[in-house]
Amino acid sequence: MSVKLNTRQVGDVTVVDVSGRITLGEGSSALRDLLRELIGKGQKKILLNLGEVTYIDSSGIGELVSGFTTVSNNGGTLKLLGLTKRVQDLLQITKLYTVFDIHEEEAHAIRSFA
Amino acid sequence: MALDAGADAPSKEVMDQEYPSTLESVDAAEGEILKAAGHAGFGEDDLHQIGMAVRECMVNAVVHGNRYNRNKRVRVKVLSGPQELTVSITDQGEGFELHEVPDPLHDNNLLRHSGRGLFLMSAFMDKVDVRKAKPQGTEVVLVKKIAPRE
Repeated sequence: MSVKLNTRQVGDVTVVDVSGRITLGEGSSALRDLLRELIGKGQKKILLNLGEVTYIDSSGIGELVSGFTTVSNNGGTLKLLGLTKRVQDLLQITKLYTVFDIHEEEAHAIRSFA
Repeated sequence: MALDAGADAPSKEVMDQEYPSTLESVDAAEGEILKAAGHAGFGEDDLHQIGMAVRECMVNAVVHGNRYNRNKRVRVKVLSGPQELTVSITDQGEGFELHEVPDPLHDNNLLRHSGRGLFLMSAFMDKVDVRKAKPQGTEVVLVKKIAPRE
């Protein structure tokens, strides 16, 4: 299994529950396509829940970055939730940890969009 | 002082495999290399790091080196020694100049979509060497030292 994506709405925030592997190919493409779809629908507040992401490679990181940039350029905000230690370490060594707004707890993350 | 004869044992070639230039090859090579690394005695964290590094290297070889060309192959060799594991991944592409690869940590490059592969290899392995292959292509040699037992 590559990646599974589940979308739900919490108020005006779109939460995307991501599980599995975000790697070059099916995984990163699926995430890219979903983010484009959400942006196309005018979603401005997007929270990526990465708590069940078991693996991410540089391509997956690229899609997070592209998603962040595209959402921002469209006047919206993309934030991250529930990073595992490995994903957290990866974002830290690539100096992206301070680029994203990262939360550990969903309710707090939702409130931060206000 | 007892001598550790194992420490001076030569490295053994445990893998020499060619792969087609496909994404499936990335998964296949990663799996085989991790098997070798597991047999060499690496723990879970090191295995994860080795897996990430070889995956990035294979992707570079398939995507950037061979450009998915079905007529080009990626060669993977693994040497296993008592103190380190050496992985060599060679593509048949046009080659590239290391100094022309942008620094992904530079402020101007942080939000680039790609360009982090080589950096991640260096972050996760103890040594990364990029060489021109003959007659053409690029060979990347990744080395991970085995932590001494306490």
